Amino acid sequence: MIAGSKLEKVIRSGQFAVTGELGPPKSADLTMLKQHGEALRNHVEAFNITDNQTAIVRTSSIACGAVLVQMGLEPIIQITVRDRNRIGIQGDVLGAVALGIKNILCLSGDHQKFGNEQQAKGVYDIDSMQLLDGLRKLRDEGRFIGGDKVGAPVSYYLGAVANPFADPFEYRVDRLEKKIAAGASFIQTQCIFDLARFKKWMELVRERGLHKKVAIMGGVTPIKSLGAARYMKNNVSGIIIPDEIITRLQGAKKKKEEGLKIAIETIQQLKEIEGVAGVHVMAIAWEEVVPEIVERAGLYPRPKL
Amino acid sequence: MIIAERKPLQQIFEMLKSYRRIGILGCGTCVTVCMAGGQKEAEELAAALTIHRRREKEPVEVEAFTIERQCEYEYIEQVKDRLAGYEVILSLGCGVGVQTLVERMPELRVLPGVNTQSMGYPLEQGVWVERCLGCGDCVLHVTLGICPITRCAKSILNGPCGGSSGGKCEIDPEVDCAWHLIHERMEKMGRLSELQAIQPPKDWSVSHHGGPRTVVREEVKLDRGQ
Repeated sequence: MIAGSKLEKVIRSGQFAVTGELGPPKSADLTMLKQHGEALRNHVEAFNITDNQTAIVRTSSIACGAVLVQMGLEPIIQITVRDRNRIGIQGDVLGAVALGIKNILCLSGDHQKFGNEQQAKGVYDIDSMQLLDGLRKLRDEGRFIGGDKVGAPVSYYLGAVANPFADPFEYRVDRLEKKIAAGASFIQTQCIFDLARFKKWMELVRERGLHKKVAIMGGVTPIKSLGAARYMKNNVSGIIIPDEIITRLQGAKKKKEEGLKIAIETIQQLKEIEGVAGVHVMAIAWEEVVPEIVERAGLYPRPKL
Repeated sequence: MIIAERKPLQQIFEMLKSYRRIGILGCGTCVTVCMAGGQKEAEELAAALTIHRRREKEPVEVEAFTIERQCEYEYIEQVKDRLAGYEVILSLGCGVGVQTLVERMPELRVLPGVNTQSMGYPLEQGVWVERCLGCGDCVLHVTLGICPITRCAKSILNGPCGGSSGGKCEIDPEVDCAWHLIHERMEKMGRLSELQAIQPPKDWSVSHHGGPRTVVREEVKLDRGQ
């Protein structure tokens, strides 16, 4: 055991893990965030807390994470390299640990061009790989990135993201391998709609035995409407939405129910793929539907530890 | 070369509003090649300014001339007296030119007529691309001649990131993903395995982040007889 988080325990027990995601608000009023956390309490092991997602200013992920800890819920703090340099990030990581946060997810973050402070200076002092590697060394070797000694040992469960739908496709497995070497214990993938491509990626992952070295959690997002699907297909880079998903939603009378069904079927298929250790359900702005998805996908009740 | 773009005319007119005797100084090197601040552009700007001021009924005396390089004292020296004869100099040199003029002739009022953009080259007629950030610690040997510090919007050293799609960057479908290009080149050269090494955090202290940089080479210094 590294940090002894609930997420780590479920993964280590070999049971299929489920994580959710909560997006901090553009205000300091965390009422909704707390409500969603409460509503999902028994349906997920832990909650990703996004870090100024899509480069839009929001309450900080660590602050929201600390609030979840107070509620007896488990956060996975997302840390991007867009807004802070290595000094700020490492300081915040120590702060997060002090506040009882046990899971950290390293990523680069959406470019500031997509957000509400488009004239901001992007920091990018380090990249997501270096962040992962640096936080691993901070924990395992007790050294900051610059080499100075950390005052007292810290512990956290480290994760990273993978996007099997980005290009070049062949590189995506290399990149996963590199993230494992850098220190990832768990991986959450980009939202999966193109299952064929995901399966192909997993085949390559298994060929190298990488699924035994890291817990791969498939990303699942329920689509609320045909418009949302079209928008993601055409405007969100790094996501592939196959035409059959669009056709299916087009043909459906109840779009929301169809969107849910697609998500549930995706989870059921992911459960059958060798090497998939869990799912990460991202239902941003549709959090209330997560318990239903988890239950209908046959993932409820969650393991008791 | 250094790539610059002329400032918007309105901004230039506004900056020069209170002056009646103006020298527009072109630069014969980089900004001439990128067609932003050579003799031709200096003359065009002088004509535009004259017309504008005539319309505003605020006549002005403008002269346009060019020196080979505004970033070297030797060339400034040659036109020192002439420069001193204007109320203000609108420099069409890059930011370096403006500052070299001011440092050489502190009494001079010098305004920038161009926005200095980047270091790069002309890809084709009318298109100039950025290729170097002057980070002070070149990595082109690792990335096979393609600079991710400059060409990746996140300057990552371990790429391509998850936003690379069809060879393009997530920030703009017109922008090449530098790491896609590097990956392609590595593959062609049979060196893909090199990408598996985790490149350590960059030393930004040798870039501008370490403060303004000065290169000193004692062995080539001249005694200027001061």
